[in-house]
Amino acid sequence: MIAAIFSLTTLGLTLGWLLGVAARYLKVEGNPLAEQVTELLPGSQCGQCGYPGCAPAAEAIASRAASVTICPPGGRALAEQLAGLLGVPVDLSGVVDKAPVIAHIHENLCVGCTKCFKRCPTDAIMGANNMIHSVFADACTGCELCFEVCPTECIEMRTVTPTLQTWYWPEPSVLPA
Amino acid sequence: MGEYVLLILGTALVNNVVLVKFLGLCPFMGVSSKVDSALGMGLATTFVLTLAAVAGWLLERFVLGPLDIGFLRILTFILVIAAVVQFTEMAVRKLSPALHQVLGIFLPLITTNCAVLGVALLNVQEDHGFLQSVLYGLGSALGFTLVMLLFAGLRERLALARVPAAFAGTPIAFVAAGLLSLAFMGFAGLA
Repeated sequence: MIAAIFSLTTLGLTLGWLLGVAARYLKVEGNPLAEQVTELLPGSQCGQCGYPGCAPAAEAIASRAASVTICPPGGRALAEQLAGLLGVPVDLSGVVDKAPVIAHIHENLCVGCTKCFKRCPTDAIMGANNMIHSVFADACTGCELCFEVCPTECIEMRTVTPTLQTWYWPEPSVLPA
Repeated sequence: MGEYVLLILGTALVNNVVLVKFLGLCPFMGVSSKVDSALGMGLATTFVLTLAAVAGWLLERFVLGPLDIGFLRILTFILVIAAVVQFTEMAVRKLSPALHQVLGIFLPLITTNCAVLGVALLNVQEDHGFLQSVLYGLGSALGFTLVMLLFAGLRERLALARVPAAFAGTPIAFVAAGLLSLAFMGFAGLA
């Protein structure tokens, strides 16, 4: 048994060390600015900015293809931080601080058309053709894609009430001087 | 010399990993729609398979055998294969970002390719020497690459042919794979 423990441990450590060395030599130069922007973005991959995720949005912001105000969940704080990072002037008057929202389907209005079901990027809507649809709240990222297509307008975007499990310290709203 | 050539021919054609042993069907079906990506995938798998077969043999010879911990064989082989695949992915990302983009998730999935583990385990089972292990791994990998290329070529042609609607896409690909497997039966008895 000692032999087994010893050999597996040694093997794991050796392979890990070799991979670490290889990673140093085979490092691909990423875009450091895009990586910094990615760290500032919320990371919920909601898609409200129009890009398929926070990493592509960070690339766009870093290459100045997108404005620093494109992220709705980030709000004013994020726009200010990004403007400071990139050194660009930003007009914060148009940025609205929206609370995180979750979609909710009013079941008495749902006709089961599956339009929202097909659009949801996180598969948070359950239901089938002619069956009443419902939203899995913990899978919903609040991207509002379903909200836009519902023909009976039965989807309501409700603000999330923080519970003891979901509350966390908000990031500092001002960059440290 | 002759026996080594026969070994390579045997593992590449007669006991082909994909069409005769039916291992590694996932990348076979998944990456074979274009010849370029099939070639890239085949080469990556060749690298991994050969290294894994050799590393497995060395492990068996110097660690698992002497310490009598044969029961850890699958575990340690998977560990080695995962490390080799990680290394391959890093190398592909550095050398050819385009290929890395095209292969996508199938590159890390080589870890779960049962052809790699299967060849490594069969290598140990058949009690080969060192050079034979290298050639066994290399031959199997070359057979895999060959079949990937053939199938990719077939699928590119099929994409332009008049296929009935019910068969278009995956069904006709599976039928073609079955026919290719039948064709490879013709090699039986060669080695």
